Amino acid sequence: MALLGRTANGLFWMFRYIERAENTARLLDAGQRISLTNLSAEPDEWQSVLVSAGVEAAYSAKYDGFDPATVIDFMLCDRDNPSSVRSSLETARTNGRMVRTALTRELWEAVNESWLVIQRRLARPVAEPELPAVIDLVKRQGALIRGTFQTTMLRNEIFDFSNLGAFIERADNTARILDVKYWLLLPEHSQVGSALDNFQWRSILRSVSAHRSYAWEYDGEYRAVNIIDFLMLNRRMPRSLAYCYTVIEESLKYLHRNYEVRHPCFETAAAINERLSDSSVRQIIDGGLHEFLETFIRDNNRLAQEIGQNFRFYPGA
Amino acid sequence: MKSFDEMLISDDAVREPYARFHEWFLQQDTTSLGDKAGEAEAFFRRTGITFNVYGQEEAAERLIPFDLVPRIMAKAEWDRLAEGIEQRVIALNAFLDDLYHDQEIIKAGKIPERLIAGNEAFLEEMRGFRPPGGVYTHIIGTDIVRCGENEFYVLEDNARTPSGVSYMIENRETMMQMFPELFAQNRVRPVETYPHHLRRSLAAVAPPACDGTPTIAVLTPGIYNSAFFEHAFLADQMGVELVEGSDVAEIDGRIQMRTTEGYKPIDVIYRRVDDAFLDPKVFNPSSMLGIPGIMDVYRNGGITIANAPGTGISDDKAIYSYMPEIVEFYTGAPAKLQNVPTWRCAEDDSLKYVLEHLEELVVKEVHGSGGYGMLVGPTSTREEREIFAEKLKKKPTNYIAQPTLALSTVPILVDGGLAPRHVDLRPFVLVSDKVRIIPGGLTRVALKEGSLVVNSSQGGGTKDTWVLRD
Repeated sequence: MALLGRTANGLFWMFRYIERAENTARLLDAGQRISLTNLSAEPDEWQSVLVSAGVEAAYSAKYDGFDPATVIDFMLCDRDNPSSVRSSLETARTNGRMVRTALTRELWEAVNESWLVIQRRLARPVAEPELPAVIDLVKRQGALIRGTFQTTMLRNEIFDFSNLGAFIERADNTARILDVKYWLLLPEHSQVGSALDNFQWRSILRSVSAHRSYAWEYDGEYRAVNIIDFLMLNRRMPRSLAYCYTVIEESLKYLHRNYEVRHPCFETAAAINERLSDSSVRQIIDGGLHEFLETFIRDNNRLAQEIGQNFRFYPGA
Repeated sequence: MKSFDEMLISDDAVREPYARFHEWFLQQDTTSLGDKAGEAEAFFRRTGITFNVYGQEEAAERLIPFDLVPRIMAKAEWDRLAEGIEQRVIALNAFLDDLYHDQEIIKAGKIPERLIAGNEAFLEEMRGFRPPGGVYTHIIGTDIVRCGENEFYVLEDNARTPSGVSYMIENRETMMQMFPELFAQNRVRPVETYPHHLRRSLAAVAPPACDGTPTIAVLTPGIYNSAFFEHAFLADQMGVELVEGSDVAEIDGRIQMRTTEGYKPIDVIYRRVDDAFLDPKVFNPSSMLGIPGIMDVYRNGGITIANAPGTGISDDKAIYSYMPEIVEFYTGAPAKLQNVPTWRCAEDDSLKYVLEHLEELVVKEVHGSGGYGMLVGPTSTREEREIFAEKLKKKPTNYIAQPTLALSTVPILVDGGLAPRHVDLRPFVLVSDKVRIIPGGLTRVALKEGSLVVNSSQGGGTKDTWVLRD
């Protein structure tokens, strides 16, 4: 059966927003951890949460200062913030309703139920001490959706477009977290390769659910080279840029085989993936980590746009 | 007014079709049944079986209340009803074909010409055109009420885009999940085959341009439409695409949908968009919901539209009162299903009678639906009647009146056990290469004690409807 361009678009964005809801929750988790210690070198940890999520401008238009309660509310509940947990889930669910016919009953129910449960919780204000429980709820519902997706959906183009949305969003998120914290990785006064502020990095790895697996992959010390390798180039790490692009390229290959057409977006994805394969940590640092990440974020966005054009997501395409 | 109860003849005598159910019910603990009702609601909410209420932002998506007590019909009762329905839908299609061609029925003096000419529901664009398979109204929801053991009336024919079939199917699904034992004890005919029949029925009227297996699509106004859930449900169950106006375009004389691989022609479109919005080139030019150019493609044999544009003329309330004549004219036999006696306010004698008996009558707008714009005499206040009388005198052709019927009751579950509530029935009928009637339908129930208004937009609920095999 043919797949409507609008349906492919709906799937893509539904999964982007499901991923985003969870990423927002993880960022808050890390933010709270860091702010709870006085070890932090940065005065406004809450501000960097907003920057990582790419919503600092929207926040500043509405509020002055970075009062934790205000930031938490903005990131969790605020409908003016399109990336808040509530807005993200609402958008995901609206897209889900629109593409209802492309989803299994189980998957639709998992999405709808997550929206119901989380929305009900967020209708009441969330005080700082309640934050961990709410974050946990968001993560658990996300796991329910992803588990249902993995175990009930046919491996066809619907599956591929969903994965493309999820992993493009995830790659963007990991790159942003790194970019906001890159100055911490390479402070002028410390040597690349020397041990870093233990707590900061634990918390950052925690925001991508990777503080345990880091220790598994590397020695226990937090070193810039290892962290960059882990979050960017390690293909075993499910939130690394390289891993995301393994899935993205694979999904596009399936679509290629399915449709027997090779679109320009395939070349774009292959080129980005190749750059991740060909670069060493050392080269990335020498060329400028910030510049590398900036280029990556821009290329990742461009790929998303190309996918939309090549697969006729919108009328007139 | 004493109503006929479909379950209980008296406190200790149960009508035959309900015998086994009643026996089962007596063994249940009503508190735990109450819990089950809560479970059913949670189930509906999780599934997203909701309808949208216009103009109520807070309750944008609401559930239609579901009652656990099934409405049960014996085989013989149903068979007789089904025969009457079949006769009626055949007559409706013949009537439409005649109206858009030679208008023999008007020439024969059976219905006045003024009801057709100048009626908004009559579409000039359909004149002289015969849709593929000669079928005009493919999907019909005949509203039926019961007033006694053998007394059934057709209330309305719903020949445009009847809704509610998804509730029929989901109600059954819910009952089977919650009370599997009931289905082991009673031999209930299935309703979940509806989407399969719908697909077959639509495929059988493919247009001349179709080669090979017909591509079918459901056209929805979008996720904010009150019946969006149903549109998605039907597309999903049939395994066809659910399209919006923005997904399709007229290309090379065909209506084509934009897929990830380019444009693909649609052969049969089950549209859930009203006539007025269907083609902005022909009807309402500001419509964003329709498909520009679809009427031309249709008339040139490039697509089948179900239901055909212009079927509304056959379920117009002004036409309704002529249904007995219409049925007899086209089938050559008296109508097996009765009409509710109807006064046409357009006729002076009737208007006089209606104005004198407002207290006992139900007065309806000829073009209204959903229970709006009507006066229910017995429950109205003097003031309401006076206001209504003025409207009537001003534009009598706009109204018809009917006696207040003593609608049958079926019990619902309440805190103390069972309590009778008024019901109606909407069976779903498919017309194509043959007539397919799904045994059962949607039973709507007025949840408020004594109320006769069963519309979901006004506090009505639904019940699973069983037709027994024997």
